[in-house]
Amino acid sequence: MAESKLKLNGVEVEFSPGETILQVAERNGVDIPTLCYLKDCTPTGACRMCVVEVKGARTLVASCAMPAGEGMEVQTDTDKVRVARRLAVELLLSSGVHNCLVCEANGECKLQALAYEYGVDATRFPSPTEIYPIEDDNPLITRDFSKCILCGRCVQACNEVQVNRAIGFGYRGAEAKIVTTGDRPYDQSDCVFCGQCVQVCPTGALTEKKAKGLGRSWETQKVRTTCPYCGVGCQLWLHVKDNRIVKVTAVEEAQPNRGRLCVKGRFGYDFVNSPERLTKPLIKEDGEFREASWDEALDLVANKFLEIKEKHGPDAIAGVSCARSTNEDSYQMQKLFRAVIGTNNIDHCART
Amino acid sequence: MTNSFADFDKAEMFFIIGSNMTEAHPVASTFVKNAVLNGAKLVLVDPRRTALADFATTHLPLKVGTDIALLNGLMHVLITEELYDKKYVESCTVGFEELKAKVMEYPPERAAEISGVPAEQIVEVARLMAANKPAMLMYTLGITEHTCGVNNVLSCANFQMLLGNVGFECGGVNPLRGQNNVQGACDMGALPNVYPGYQKVVDDAAREKFEKAWGAELSPANGLMIPAMFEGLADGSVKGFYIFGENVANTEPDIAHVEHCLEEAEFVVCNDIFPTETTRFADVVFPAAAWSEDDGTYTNSERRVNRVRKAVEAPGEAKPNWWVFKEIAKRMGQDWEADSGQEIWDNEVSMLAPQMTGIKFERIENDGLQWPVPDLEHLGTPFLHKDGCFTCGLGNFKAVEWTPPAEVPDEEYPLVLSTGRRLYHYHTRTQTGRSGGLNDLMGEETADISLADAAKLEIANGERVKLSTRRGSVELTARVTPEVQEGMVWMAFHFREACANWLTNPVYDPVSQTAEYKACAVKLEKA
Ligand code: SF4
Ligand code: SF4
Ligand code: FES
Repeated sequence: MAESKLKLNGVEVEFSPGETILQVAERNGVDIPTLCYLKDCTPTGACRMCVVEVKGARTLVASCAMPAGEGMEVQTDTDKVRVARRLAVELLLSSGVHNCLVCEANGECKLQALAYEYGVDATRFPSPTEIYPIEDDNPLITRDFSKCILCGRCVQACNEVQVNRAIGFGYRGAEAKIVTTGDRPYDQSDCVFCGQCVQVCPTGALTEKKAKGLGRSWETQKVRTTCPYCGVGCQLWLHVKDNRIVKVTAVEEAQPNRGRLCVKGRFGYDFVNSPERLTKPLIKEDGEFREASWDEALDLVANKFLEIKEKHGPDAIAGVSCARSTNEDSYQMQKLFRAVIGTNNIDHCART
Repeated sequence: MTNSFADFDKAEMFFIIGSNMTEAHPVASTFVKNAVLNGAKLVLVDPRRTALADFATTHLPLKVGTDIALLNGLMHVLITEELYDKKYVESCTVGFEELKAKVMEYPPERAAEISGVPAEQIVEVARLMAANKPAMLMYTLGITEHTCGVNNVLSCANFQMLLGNVGFECGGVNPLRGQNNVQGACDMGALPNVYPGYQKVVDDAAREKFEKAWGAELSPANGLMIPAMFEGLADGSVKGFYIFGENVANTEPDIAHVEHCLEEAEFVVCNDIFPTETTRFADVVFPAAAWSEDDGTYTNSERRVNRVRKAVEAPGEAKPNWWVFKEIAKRMGQDWEADSGQEIWDNEVSMLAPQMTGIKFERIENDGLQWPVPDLEHLGTPFLHKDGCFTCGLGNFKAVEWTPPAEVPDEEYPLVLSTGRRLYHYHTRTQTGRSGGLNDLMGEETADISLADAAKLEIANGERVKLSTRRGSVELTARVTPEVQEGMVWMAFHFREACANWLTNPVYDPVSQTAEYKACAVKLEKA
């Protein structure tokens, strides 16, 4: 069926029916800027950043929402297109209060990146005078609507990706705003704090509260790992600065979670920094723990196990491994029990 | 799972039983919800009206612990109405006649009487399942945490095989693993009867293989499972007890009994990242490196071996667990070569476990591979039993009889207590309780009770109540909710004071030794 062809910047390319112009361009390595477009969701055509020229069309068309058509001739980077995109960025910037100096999204903000790319310095339009108060009553997500460009990505993430149906568009015209049912704060709504809306927000309107002030995107290192909670095994990026995890995001396009996380995976990371962590081996003496060196504690355990084995046989020792720790840790523990102690008394709480 | 998470959003029919996915496996549930929005049908079987009920074509609110009766009833309809997959049953399975004989004892009316699900609904669902194939069956601990847990699982498998749904994309029998690395701990042989890769310790050839690899003589006898270990501590036959990571003093049923056993132990060693209720009983505690402080792998529910990476240094003198075991081995007379997660995996695990032969760290830098991976070129196995070809030849029907939970309501303890997990917490909160924000979102446990029982006992939402069983009692806040059916109380085991395990019944499935966390008799009263 993949017989259909169109011309992209003068080059003939194939497409399959149902593909949008944007998808065809992406597949062929042609970059078209987007803001509101969220992969695998229904295109809304809200921001008009992705406009392109299509020969014969009266106006510029939004490539994210326009199906590719047989014989179309598409230009993605003409003067007309650049002017339109520049205007779109200007309008979006002026619709809110964007102070990049103190914005958490600085460096990761798509709007900022586009302003840079299209040379929008200050804006020709006045900024709004009325400013929304910042909402951060809840412990995890900060909402700053004066930075919201109403692209609707959060609404799609919540309704089409996570299907938690906690937020949507509310009010009309200049009053338009993203709201929960009854326009209540997140912690009094149906929100389950998966943070998907934060992950997809292209500006600083939705940010991780716990990450505030801990590091700019260019100062942090990204380390890929697997979530330590349930058996789905979601793939995470740990954003690390100065030996500390400052935030967690999902790895896009990775199996099995394809860019999604839940509240535990996204926000349950900072237990590792708890001051209650065990940091020294402990030995109990007269009912109280005292700190000990590794050598002393290891010798004690080895000798005690040897003694029990000698006196009562290897089966008088039993062990429970950990279903939370790594494969390598479990492998080593069962090897210790089988090959060194000499018993198969090794189990784990496989059943919970 | 026989199948993959990648199937979830492509599936057209789901049968979800004993799984509160939106809270326990939230991301998996998003794919199910995506599929439903795209027109997939969903049959939800759960005593509670869990969040997925809003997405379900039908919700079957069965009584706690009646799964087998219900499934047998469904199969009765499939067989008597000749709706089952005859071709599949003939060519891919054995044991149909025995199954049929047993199932015939469960006409929908009888299944309805036991399960509380109306007979018409049972007939309807059987027809719906027959008309929509393949279907994915998913289950979680609502199936396994019963004295009849293994039979529950067999019953699910019978049902799917009868429908001809095993061995296909978007089909299969799919247990969602509760913890991040339960699958891996099993694969690694942290079980009393198998070496890494499920090679049996009683099998001479397997034992010789491992004796050679490890340079040691190995015991030919199966070891003890956890419940037997506790009994051994109590009767003195087990003297030394090594607990790695698990907070058994909160997670095992009947806390009072567990703590008594731990007290009896002669010598207890713990590896942990925090002091817990369990480490109180230790003679030696080793401080361990946590997630994000060491390199290794976890294996998820779809058998995918994923990398886990070190991103930060462990605090103080905390060390990787594998290093602790290696050091003890050295002091007991054995020098082990491997000196990192990668060396352990690449040089030992992947050499010894046949399913893992083709998995090396360099191959799982990005997405992990799903075992079995028989060689270094193999791309992994997204679903098992392809086209109904079972690993052991043919799929085996095992007729099973319904048995009630070990403890059922009576005059003194008139309600059923069932337990599980909640969204904002994980297990005993050693991690989530110390992660900023999660405690604020859920700071205390509640007893979830039905409107009917609340009215009967004149308990208001938010009022303090007392729950008692034959093991103990706890006081906590009542949450009156339509999620819970009459005659049932539901709570979790995340909080120490109001931990469900002061109440749960330490009785076990005879084969798997899984405890009956999902059902015991309880008394509810105002505190
Ligand atoms: S955190 Fe999740 S549930 Fe809450 S509004 Fe955002 S996307 Fe929706
Ligand atoms: S992010 Fe949530 S769903 Fe994913 S593995 Fe972690 S706990 Fe499970
Ligand atoms: S990306 Fe196409 S209109 Fe916003």
